[in-house]
Order: sequence, then C-alpha cells, then structure tokens
Amino acid sequence: MTEAARDIRSQSVSVVVAGQAWGIPIAAVREVLGPQAITPVPLAPPAVAGSLNLRGRIVTVLDLRTALGLPPTAVPERATEVVVEQEGNLYSLLIDEIGDAMDLAAGTVEAPPQTMDSRWRGLATGIVKLDGRLLLLLDLDRLLGAVGTA
Amino acid sequence: MEDFVQDFVAETVEALGALDNDLLRLEVGAAEPDLVPRIFRAVHTIKGTCGFLGLNRLRRVAHSAENVLDAIRKDRLAAGTEVVTAILGAIDVLKAITDHLGATGSEGEGDDEALINRLDALHEGASATPAPPPPPAATLSAEEAALAAAWDATPAHIPIPEPVPAPAPAPAPILAPAAVPAPRAEARPVAAGEGAAQSIRVNLDLLETLMTSVSELVLTRNQLLQLSRNSRDNSFAGPLQRLNHVVSELQENVMKTRMQPVGNAWSKLPRIVRDLARDLDKKIEMRMTGAETELDRQVLEMIRDPLTHMVRNSCDHGLERPAERVAAGKDETGIIALHASHEGGHIVMTLSDDGRGLNLVRIRQKAVERGLATEAEVAAMGDNQVAQFIFRSGFSTAAAVTDVSGRGVGMDVVRTNVERIGGTIELSTKPGKGSVFTIKIPLTLAIVSALIVDCAGQRYAVPQISVTEMVQAGEGGERRIERIRDTPVLRLRDRLLPLVPLRSVLGLPRGEPGKEGSLVIVTRVGAYEFGIVVDSAQDTEEIVVKPVAPLLKEIGVYSGNTILGDGSVCMIVDPNGILARAGRLDTSAGGDGVQAAAGAEGLHGSERVALLLVRAGLGMPKAIPLDLVARLEEIAVDEIHELGGRMLTKYRGKLMPLIAADHGVAFEPGTRKPVLVFAEGENSMGLVVDTIDDIVESDINVELRSGRPEAIGSALVGGRPVELLNASHFVGETAGTWFSPPSVARRPRGRRVLMVDDSPFFRGLVGPIIRSCGLEVLATGSAEEALARLEAGERADLVVTDIEMPGMDGYELCRTLKRDPRWAHLPVIGLSGHAGAEDVERGMAAGFARHLPKLARDDISRAIGEVLQPETCA
Repeated sequence: MTEAARDIRSQSVSVVVAGQAWGIPIAAVREVLGPQAITPVPLAPPAVAGSLNLRGRIVTVLDLRTALGLPPTAVPERATEVVVEQEGNLYSLLIDEIGDAMDLAAGTVEAPPQTMDSRWRGLATGIVKLDGRLLLLLDLDRLLGAVGTA
Repeated sequence: MEDFVQDFVAETVEALGALDNDLLRLEVGAAEPDLVPRIFRAVHTIKGTCGFLGLNRLRRVAHSAENVLDAIRKDRLAAGTEVVTAILGAIDVLKAITDHLGATGSEGEGDDEALINRLDALHEGASATPAPPPPPAATLSAEEAALAAAWDATPAHIPIPEPVPAPAPAPAPILAPAAVPAPRAEARPVAAGEGAAQSIRVNLDLLETLMTSVSELVLTRNQLLQLSRNSRDNSFAGPLQRLNHVVSELQENVMKTRMQPVGNAWSKLPRIVRDLARDLDKKIEMRMTGAETELDRQVLEMIRDPLTHMVRNSCDHGLERPAERVAAGKDETGIIALHASHEGGHIVMTLSDDGRGLNLVRIRQKAVERGLATEAEVAAMGDNQVAQFIFRSGFSTAAAVTDVSGRGVGMDVVRTNVERIGGTIELSTKPGKGSVFTIKIPLTLAIVSALIVDCAGQRYAVPQISVTEMVQAGEGGERRIERIRDTPVLRLRDRLLPLVPLRSVLGLPRGEPGKEGSLVIVTRVGAYEFGIVVDSAQDTEEIVVKPVAPLLKEIGVYSGNTILGDGSVCMIVDPNGILARAGRLDTSAGGDGVQAAAGAEGLHGSERVALLLVRAGLGMPKAIPLDLVARLEEIAVDEIHELGGRMLTKYRGKLMPLIAADHGVAFEPGTRKPVLVFAEGENSMGLVVDTIDDIVESDINVELRSGRPEAIGSALVGGRPVELLNASHFVGETAGTWFSPPSVARRPRGRRVLMVDDSPFFRGLVGPIIRSCGLEVLATGSAEEALARLEAGERADLVVTDIEMPGMDGYELCRTLKRDPRWAHLPVIGLSGHAGAEDVERGMAAGFARHLPKLARDDISRAIGEVLQPETCA
C-alpha cells in the first residue's frame, strides 16, 4: 500500500448531527451539498428522506437523525448534506454541519464503550478522543444495513 | 497511416471473433468443406495486412499459425485437440497484440517464441512425411494466389508504392484516446466480388453522442409542446406537430442503430466452454438458440459479463464429470443450452444445464450457518425458494473452491448486475436433472413514454404501456367512484372496475374530501384490468428510466425512477407492484403477511367464492356469487314498465325483463334501484334489489336447505347468516317467458349430463349452466353415487364432475370410468375452484376431456358444446 493510500484510509471528515460529532471515511465522501429539492419516496425505510438529482444522477437521501434513533430532521430541504459513495451507489446524508477533514493516527482509535446506546454502537466502528469532544467513526456499510432493515 | 492501423485493428478484431467458433467446429469434426479454407483465409489476410503495415510480431505469429492451417487444409495434419489448442493459443496472442495496437498504436513487447516453436513443430511434423515444408509466404500456390487476389480486393490491401507518406505519423496515443474520433464511414466490402456495401462502420462514440443528443432533443420537444399547450398562440401548433413527428421517428431510428443481436454477447461462450471442458475433464456441448434476438447495445454490454460468469458456473458446478453422468444414467456429454427470445418489451434469456442441480441440502445448511434463515424456516421453504439463496451476497456452495468459479465473484454479483439494468433473474433447479436460470431484461435502457400523475402533492410516473385509458370520476358527475363497504369500484361501461387508490397503496395521508382521488388510470397487468386512483394527471412525458437504489428495491412498487424536465426526481410506479401490494393490503386485515400468504395458498383447490351481498326486502342479507353477475346497474323506477304482470325496462336498446329479488322490494317512483344483470348469450335479465352492501370472499357452507326455489339455502358468511339466492331460478323464471324461443328449439333431444358435486350450492349453480345449454341434468352428490347411478342403468352422454370431494375424488372417478369399457367412451369434464396449470395437467392425465374453473359460465358452455359435438351449444 502506498503512503498516500494509507493516508486516505485513516482520514475522516467530521460532521455534526444533533450535537454529536461523527467521522465519515474521507475515501467515501464525494461532495457536500447545500439545501436541495428532495423528492419523498413513499414506503421507503424511515431513514430514507427521499431522492435528489445530482447532475443527472439520482441520489438516495438518508436522514442520519432517524438512523440514529433521533427525531427526524425538521426540514430536510434546508439541511446540509454530505454525499458518499458505497459500492457504486451514491447516498446523501442529512447533517447539521460539516467540520474538518482530520487524520486519525492508528493508535488513537478506541472501541466504543459497551455502555453506549446499542444502536449507536452498531453504527460506530470506533471512538476518537479529540480536544474537548469525542468523535464517533461512522461505518457506512452498517449504516446502510441498518437503514435497509429498519 | 493511422487510419490504416485503426481499420486493421477493427477488421482483425472482427475476423478473430468469427474464428473462435469456426475452430471449435473444426475440432468437433464438423463436416463443412469450406471451414478450413475459411479459417485459413482469415489468418492469411491478417498475416498479409500486418506484413504490409510493418507489424512484425503479428506477422510472425500469424505466419506460423497459417502454416499449420495450411497443413490441415491439405490433409497433411489432423485437427486434433493439440493442434486446435495451439491454434487457439495463437489466436489469443493475435488478439492480445491487436488490442494493444488498438489502444496504444504499437504492438507492444512480448515473447512469442514458445508459441511459434510449437506451431512450427506441428507444421514440420506434418510436412516431414509427405512433402517438403512450403517456403514461407513468399510463394503462393495457385489456389492461394487466387484467394489472396480475391481478398486483396479490400481497400486496405491496395498496395501503396511508397512506404509511408512524407510527414512522420504523429504518435497515436496523443490523438486516439483524447478526442472523439472523427466519424469514419468507410465502405467495407462484405465479400470479394460483391457490389457496393449495404452497411458502413460507424464509431461507437458517435452513436452514443447521437443518442444523447436525441434524448436531449426529445426532452426539449416535450418542453416546447408543454409551452404550446399553455399558450394562446396557435401559429406554432402546426410546425410543432411536424417537429414532434420527426423527433419521434428520429428517436426510434437512432434506437434501432443501437440494437444488436444478442449473439454478439454470446460469441465468446463456446470457446470458454471448450476450454473449461478441457480443464475440468468434462464433456460439454453448448447449444445456443435465438442468437438473432436484438436488444440495445448498452444492455448487451451489461449482460455480457454476468452471462459469462453464469456459463462458467454451469460448467464448473452444474455439470458432472462423464463418469458421474454415466453412473446417473445420463449421456456422458453434458448440455448447456442458452436461449433468447422477445417477450413484450423485454428479452428473456434462459440458461439451462442437464447437470446435477443445486445441492439444496448444502444451501439449507449454509443459509442457517450464515444466519440468513433459521432451521425451521429453511425446512419450511420450497426447493426453488431455497435455491434463491445463491443470489445472496457471499454465498458460494462449491465445496472445493476451484479456479473457475471460486474467484470471489458470486451469483450475488450477477444478480446485482442484472438488476442494475432493470432486469430480474430467477432460478429453478431439480436435483439430478439440472438447473434453469431465467433472466428477463428490458430491451433498452433509453427512453419510455410515461404518464405523469399527481398524488398527495407529489408526481409519479406510470409507464404508458400499461395504461389503457383515463376516466375522470368526479363527484356528482356521470361517473363516480362507489364503495362497496370499503372496496372502491367504478362502473366502466359494462364492467365493474376494481380500484386501487394510489394514496392508500403508498400509505400517503388522505386528502381533503372532494379533492383527493378523482382520476382513474385504467391499467392492465397481464389479463387483469384495474384502476389506479390519483388526484390528477399532468401529461405524458418521455422519460429516461433509471433503476432505483438498492435500498428502495425491496419496496416493490417502483420499477425505477427518473429525472423530469424540470430537474426533479420522479418515482416510476410499477402497476404490477401496485396490484400485488393492494392485494396484500386487502388480505392483511386478518393477520401478518405470512399468514395472508398461507391463506392464499389455502385457496388453491378450496371452494372460496366472491359473493355479492345485497339487501332486498326484509329478512337476512342475500348473497349471490359475483361471477354469475354480468353487470351492476342502477335503473330509475320510472323507467320500469309493467306488462302482463311482469316488469320490463329498456336496457341497451333492448327490453330487459326484471324480477324483484324479494317480494318486499319497494318500487318508489322517483328513486333508482340497484339491479344485478345476468346475461345469457344475447339475452339479459335484471334482478332488482334494495341495496348492494359488500363483496366478500367466503367459503360456502350451506347450513340450511331452503324450501323456496328462489333460494338455495342459508349460510354463514363472515360469521353472519345470509340467504344464498338461486340465480338459475330467476334466470329460468324470465327465460321461459322472455328469452327467444330458438334456445328452446335448439335443445338437443334427450342428451343427458351426469353432474357430480358434493356441494349442493355448486350443484345449484352449475346445473343451470348445463341446462342453459339445452341438456338434461342428473345431479349426484358423490362419485360413489354417480357410479351407482350408472350401474343402475342411468344413461348419460357426458360427466361433469367436481374434483375435490369426500371419498372418491374427481380424478379417481374419471380413472374409474375410463377403466370400465362400458363407460370409457364417456367424456368427462372436471370443474374445480382453482384450475392452475398443474391441476389441468393432472386432470388431463386422469382422462378429463376438459378441466375448467367452476362458474366460468361461458367456458363451461363452450366446453360442453365442443365435447358433445356435433350438437353444439350456444
């Protein structure tokens, strides 16, 4: 593995959802969107807020709040979104705000505490102690799995 | 020079592709006299051209291969496995070099010595005996010269005196991949001596660009049409109409340019199968049919890899080794059959093998191991259901991971690829007999026409192909949506159209009264027609169908999604899915999905009927099988006339006799009464009731026989007692008086039908149908009774029997009759509540002349007529 590739793997973009910082693997992140027109998809799993048109590609919008067991985002059309790619498909995650990209040295990642909410524990691969706050690392595979089976 | 190289690459790729199958046919000893010369010519052409272009690697390989082929051609060498393998190896090298040449403009580096030595050794071995090796290509035999001359007629072969024109050719890599190559349309002779070519070579990128432009053009035209519709200025209408027409035609033709025979995606398969058969020590025959079936190039490309993978799988896992096959009593050569055909807007491909079938035991185990299902669940699943597990992610059953299929690509990838292009894949398997994969894919991914409808503030697209008409059913208007309890229906001409409100199917909130759901989109799914109720429709639009995200696939009511002219995403509803879901909604009242499904299963063969519940007069509600009712109408009491103590009304330009379902039915002037219309041939009669309450599906258990002719008896329907009306009585009442005399005159004298049914209710229904054919009915309540009556000397010309009866069933009765010489000639018609394909097959095996669903009135009379020829029944 090249140096650059290893860098990509350990980098995360931090996002804030309901006051909690989450780290999304930077390799998966495609872009960040401002407010968008979202078409609702009736009968979709609860965490699916709808679909949007990203330059001719149709992207499924996921409400992270719902996926995390929180009340749904009030006005999805006004939320900030981060677009990620997983197995060739694009998903856009509704978030409150986008933070920085950060490099997470391998030693700093710990297992999430056993006492954490089981739903959150299911979605987080690890936890990183930053100055003054904790960053949970979001596992996109598990997120999609959880959304699909909800 | 560049152009020559690119042409050469294109031609060579094509020629090499064609060679594979020729060589395979050669190996199996196909007796085609022109086979060897054809292969020889192709290789010879390649050699000649690359020599001319200074492509030395290619020339040397082609030359050695040509020598071997020449030896075969002259019967100096037998085309055995070793020889063919060496030639195939040479072809592979030629291909690899050509590909490299196409991509980079150079032949690339490589060591071909081993291959050339092997070819030369074969050639020398052959020529050592009869004749000296012919000197390399310099001198040609007379025949060769003639051939070469013929082939040299192609433009690429016209010798150019000077080696290369003055300016040094620019390095290919700079030009080739960067820009879209200029459209080249060069005439390509089909064969030497033919006149002008009928086809030209067109760059693929050009076709793609053309398609994109047409798509844009279609969308722009749509916007224009929209604008024109909203504008008061009519002067655009004419030209716009023409534009519309031309664009549609253009679109259609551009789509056609993209159509290719599916065989193009199959061309490599015989070679793959051959190589695998060798590697795996198996004998495999590949059969391909329907290769000429055309589909969109893009779809073709996307299906190629999944298909190749599946064929590999069939060779590796599906088919057994020869010894194993022989032990199982099969031919030692396994067969893999690939078939394609068109079906509606789809192409259906089946890939079948006659191998061992899937190891269902192992799949069950593995599904449990992987936590995909519990042991109880897999035990309860049918074999084909279990087989579908192989499409799940990471599911491979090969006990030994072989080189062939154990490379981390599984059937889940195949499924994903097929679904990505909007297709479906199914599998059925029989242990010891083999497996059949069925892939159904759309002909094109491009544009379809769809109706854009509004529902609860959102737009949805309904594919135009399934829409038959639209009906505005406004409040108080001519047509309104009626509810029979909670089931909405629409009277459409002479039918009752079941309705499915899109809102309820999609679980959307109900709208304000009066505003929601007034437009009925009449939709056809197979033979079934129903109405989707939406708020309004906007327009038809040409849409580009995109598959839905994997997360949304499970929902089942969307066949895709699209981006509309204004840039917003729009879901495409699938009428099939809507119907399936609506059906589920109906039955789910009684429990969860699993139970509902089990209930549906239970329906098979049981005698549940849809009953129309009505009220007429006082007393308990009345019920009549819905299937017997041709139409529901409402007739104004003022339109009812009395004549000779009977009621009549004018209906569809004819007089129709009416009869009240009960003496208590009140005819108040100024009101309208619901009427159940029964039709028989040209005649109809109406049964007047007070109200139509409900349609229910119920078992029929007649609890109390009735003493009155107008009722069969009383039964419990949904826990409530109802009176079952005897339709035949009412029809008979009016028929005697009103129906035209010919039906009486036509009555065949003395023909008699022995009817067997344990249910008095059905005897009461089927009897009149038979009688209406002018036949006498001898009704019996069991097979045993029927046989006893025949033994006792009762005469019958035809037996009409129920299938499921306590004691001897209908099949057994039929077999018993057929065994007895006294009655073997008696035709037997079987009637069952459910006549599925399997039931019909079983019935035919038992000796039924016909096997029909009960209450299919027309079918029954027609069948009786056919069976009792020549006295046909009306």
